[in-house]
Amino acid sequence: MARRKRRTPYQVFRAVALAVVVVSLIAPLLWMVAASFKTNVDIYDSGKAFAFTPVLENYTKVLDQANYLQFIGNSLWVAFAATVLSLILGVPAAYSMSRFNMKKSALVVLMARVIPGVSLLVPWYYVFSNLRLVGGFTVLILSHMFVSLPLVVYILMGFFDSLPEELEESGQVDGLTPIGAFRRITLPLSAPGIATAGILSFIFSWNNFMFALVLSGADTKTLPVAIFDFVGYASIDWGGLMAASTVVTLPIMLIALFVQKYVVSGLTAGATKG
Amino acid sequence: MASIASTQPSGDLTGWTRWANNHRKWLFAAPAMTFVGALIIFPLAWTIYLSLTDAEGSVRAESEFVGFANYLEVLSDTDRFWPAVLRTVGFTGVALLFEIVIGMAVALLLWRPFRGERWVRVAILLPLVATPVAVGMMWRLIFDPNIGMANQILGWVGIGPQPWLAGQHSALPTTIFIDIWQWTPMVVLILLAGLTALSNEPDEAARVDGANAWQRFRHVTLPLLMPTVIVAILLRGIDALKTFDILYATKGRGGGSFHEVETLNVYAYGLSFDYNEYGISSTVLIIFFLIIIGSMWALTSRRKKGAL
Repeated sequence: MARRKRRTPYQVFRAVALAVVVVSLIAPLLWMVAASFKTNVDIYDSGKAFAFTPVLENYTKVLDQANYLQFIGNSLWVAFAATVLSLILGVPAAYSMSRFNMKKSALVVLMARVIPGVSLLVPWYYVFSNLRLVGGFTVLILSHMFVSLPLVVYILMGFFDSLPEELEESGQVDGLTPIGAFRRITLPLSAPGIATAGILSFIFSWNNFMFALVLSGADTKTLPVAIFDFVGYASIDWGGLMAASTVVTLPIMLIALFVQKYVVSGLTAGATKG
Repeated sequence: MASIASTQPSGDLTGWTRWANNHRKWLFAAPAMTFVGALIIFPLAWTIYLSLTDAEGSVRAESEFVGFANYLEVLSDTDRFWPAVLRTVGFTGVALLFEIVIGMAVALLLWRPFRGERWVRVAILLPLVATPVAVGMMWRLIFDPNIGMANQILGWVGIGPQPWLAGQHSALPTTIFIDIWQWTPMVVLILLAGLTALSNEPDEAARVDGANAWQRFRHVTLPLLMPTVIVAILLRGIDALKTFDILYATKGRGGGSFHEVETLNVYAYGLSFDYNEYGISSTVLIIFFLIIIGSMWALTSRRKKGAL
């Protein structure tokens, strides 16, 4: 028992190595947040790298003058709508594809994970600008569903594969129709899977940049596009830029930490099936 | 599966409910398939069509069918196209190599439970969910040649300032570094899920037989983990080939003034939306798509043959 307190060389090595990993992952993020509380004069002064007086002027600039409250609203609305619509379409589809072993249909949906987004944007831009829909929320939400629907189907197919069919069968013996058994038995049991798919879909939609870059208008801009307001041709407003970056990415990181278990299971879905 | 599919709903159902239950397979799948068909398959088909036309300028302009002329033009373009192919392949290859090696090392370190594990997992999750554009901006400040922290740290150990993202030759390696920073955690999570699912017995048996740690990894753990490694390479490789956000955030349009980080995705984007060369850009996209499919196919077929 006395040996338990002694550390083996491997344990020491592991502690040091993991500390290096943690610091190199966290330090840049902390640096970004720290810079967002500095004046531009302090950012340019290497003597004030760590010892500086925190100011809020960058955040007032971002939230007041740069209209960020509206862009936060846009990002929330687009991510929320794309996620809900993807779940409505994706949950039954994933169920069918899992239960009826629709391998080819599943492959078609999952192809969307492989296709470069630009190759959709060109035809979409053609069609939707002729319909004068570019710049509105409809097209933006549809485009984000291109990312979230395949994700939802992929995650939930794995989830339904792991749910035993016997539960539904016993429900049908008790007089439920097949659809009734899906609604009353399978759906409630799938809550964790649906939560995982929904959370991942929201994160990926929130972070998406390319679709909004082409399809959003001045009033429908999402946060990742709005960041570029702080990058001028001649100079960069570093304080404002770091505050804007923090406003975009800090909320999503905090949400992810609260629901860490779901995020990890969603990101690693299908990894161990071989 | 067959048992549920063949179960007939009880006879007292009304017409619609009975029909719905009998056809639920396609009823459930149809909405999603329609969305995919209308907004993914149809646009893809149109991209193929556009790649055979001289479409350019306004989206309302007339265009003419030109056969494979665009393909000839693109494939003989050693100025922009082939350098973009090389950058795409180089970016993906180098990033993947580092991500898999570092990711494997970290996953092995995290494999057995230990105190403080929670904090490491938090640190691993943060870069993964961070918005890529914001990540690009963050590194842009850190790598700024004049005020960035990177050159200050180099200064402490006596190395002169580097141009990083601003240099014509250092820009691409710097963006590869950013990709490695953000996405190695993804590889760690996937490999860790694979490791956790492994049975302990083969490893224990090898230990009893006197195999050292490296031998156990090389001859026991790694072969068992190989399917998961392939999944990690596939998922990460597809995304790395398509990298756009951090390149656009750090270098802007066209991959910088010398196109120093212009990959195929960035090139195709610029052709479409900066120059409105829809025909040529569709051609680049089709070739790009074939490269992605080809490398996926090569990887999965080698796996089936057991070569990997």
